[in-house]
Amino acid sequence: METKKSLFSRLPIVAQLKKSMGLQRGMLIAGIVMTGLFLLTAALAPLLSPYGPTQRFNETQAPPSSAHLWGTTAGGYDVFSRTIWGTQTAVLVIVVAVALSIFIGVILGLLSGYIGGWLDRILVVLADAIYAFPTLLLAMVMSIAISKGQSNLWSGIFSAAISITVVFIPQYFRVIRAETIRLKAEPFVESAIVVGASSVRIMARHIYKNATRTLPLIFTLNASEAILTLAGLGFLGFGIEPSSAAEWGYDLNHAQSDAASGIWWTGVFPGAAIVLTVLGLTLLGESMNDLNDPRLRGRKRAGKKNGRKKNKELVDA
Amino acid sequence: MTAMIDLPEAEPAAQAPERKKKAGGSLGKYLLIRFALIFPTILILVTMVFFLMRLTGDPITAALGGRLSSDQLAVRIHEAGYDRPIFVQYFEYLGQIATGNFGRTISDNLAISDMLATYGTATLELAVNSLIVALAIGIPFGMLAAYKRDKYQDAILRVLAIAFYATPVFFAGLLLKLVFSIWLGWFPVAGRGNTSTEIAMAELTAPSGIYWLDALRSGNMTAFWDVAQHSVLPAVALGLLTAGIFLRLVRTNVIGTLSKDYVEAGRSRGVSEYRLLTKHAYKPALIPIITVMGLQIALLLGGAVLTETTFEWKGLGFQLAHYLTARDFVAVQGIVALLAVIVAVTNFIVDVIAALIDPRVRY
Repeated sequence: METKKSLFSRLPIVAQLKKSMGLQRGMLIAGIVMTGLFLLTAALAPLLSPYGPTQRFNETQAPPSSAHLWGTTAGGYDVFSRTIWGTQTAVLVIVVAVALSIFIGVILGLLSGYIGGWLDRILVVLADAIYAFPTLLLAMVMSIAISKGQSNLWSGIFSAAISITVVFIPQYFRVIRAETIRLKAEPFVESAIVVGASSVRIMARHIYKNATRTLPLIFTLNASEAILTLAGLGFLGFGIEPSSAAEWGYDLNHAQSDAASGIWWTGVFPGAAIVLTVLGLTLLGESMNDLNDPRLRGRKRAGKKNGRKKNKELVDA
Repeated sequence: MTAMIDLPEAEPAAQAPERKKKAGGSLGKYLLIRFALIFPTILILVTMVFFLMRLTGDPITAALGGRLSSDQLAVRIHEAGYDRPIFVQYFEYLGQIATGNFGRTISDNLAISDMLATYGTATLELAVNSLIVALAIGIPFGMLAAYKRDKYQDAILRVLAIAFYATPVFFAGLLLKLVFSIWLGWFPVAGRGNTSTEIAMAELTAPSGIYWLDALRSGNMTAFWDVAQHSVLPAVALGLLTAGIFLRLVRTNVIGTLSKDYVEAGRSRGVSEYRLLTKHAYKPALIPIITVMGLQIALLLGGAVLTETTFEWKGLGFQLAHYLTARDFVAVQGIVALLAVIVAVTNFIVDVIAALIDPRVRY
């Protein structure tokens, strides 16, 4: 199916964009644009925001004005600046969390799938137990164990990221393990064994490259989950302190009491930022997932009579 | 919140060909192994939380630190046994669990079983309410999206479903509060009932803890009306989160069934599309949804923590955040143990249903 094409057209997003059509293409493009804006805002935060993320003013709970575009919070923070700077915190946490969990999850998945036996069984039971439990609750316990309740910028980001990592590892582990087990039976692995390649080499070269093809999809979906978990942690007061970085979830926590007295601007803007970011990432991940799924299903049905025909239909759908 | 990912291995349970040939005798064995797996799951979670909580320091310093001298603190810690080797404490804890003795909370001296019963019913009430909202929105609109596949209605509903998922419960709660309690004044801002209802509920003998049920049983209609009003916003906030997922599930499954041979056969005989949807495709499409619904329990419980904090709904999630801040080991472990049991048992039931429906599941 994938014969020789240029490197560019095989890049994850570009490849899917070419395959897409109609509604799906619209959703994919919307996702790309929203995610692009999110990353751009994070990169340009120092230029875009009029004030620093932790700068405080004497006017508290001031409604939107020309000095404070989106008003100020009860703590005297500028809502507009904090919403902008929040993108940076979110990007940092996503990058650290997802990179860590991919790294650990892929290694464990390869080992577990390739070696098998008791190691495999123990890891699977462990991963399933963690996977089944509510993400946020585990992250709460983790974050309080790591940060012990107080945190500055970097330790806050790392404790949030590691808390998220722990609950994400099982997802990568499961996918990579399943793929590894499937690939282990493939002829090219067998021939590598026959040639005398070491287990490490087989895992690192032959299986790794083939097993990690689905990762970009999980990555985008996980990024949106990471943002929701970070915001949830911040909302419950287990995230990053407001005096060290701007974080949307924490701001929304304080906005709850403001909302009860009709002060809407402290909550609506950071909340909208979360929704738009997660929406963008989910649209991107979902459409990529949808576009890749037919191929996955097509491969499984290839052995049957009219596999080729069904495959075509699915791609068209 | 692991719900939006369709892992390649998690194929929806579909048709079951050659059921008898493959199933022969292996079902019992599968169920037995699957049942046995409940225990390691619970043990792992309880163990993780036990050691994680010990990393945070001890509850006595967290509660009394600063108010007592370090010598007095050390005495207190010694009396409570928190200075013993951690593995001694761990095995003592396991022994307690095995005998069903969970101890008492440190911060407010409640028996763990009472604490779980009181707050657990509040969480149960919230979960059931939100599930009703989620099903009432998810099933009809999911069917509509499947029926109008790739038309603009489908596009709108699908984007809405993702938007529901993308909105954190506490932000949805904030918007609902702003619009419906502050600006329109229809519903109260927070809590499970106003003061007079809470007093009436506390005076009941042998209450179930589920307020609307208790209010109905005692014939207190003002309290019932009050409880109902308080229930709406939390149920909608949490319900919308799951509604998006149900909508997508129903849509995918109905589309899958609508392209089945027997539906095709009906279509070729001139059965109307509407009738095909409501009479032929509807039920088979819902069976896999029941199993996936069970898997949403983790999402629901995680969302419940946020919803309860948003609306000051005094349930397990609200208390968990509170006890974590107070470093109340015993209470946190009790809550986590209960949640682990709920999650493990639900997953077991889901797997059993899936195995009964689809023999290919039994590996």
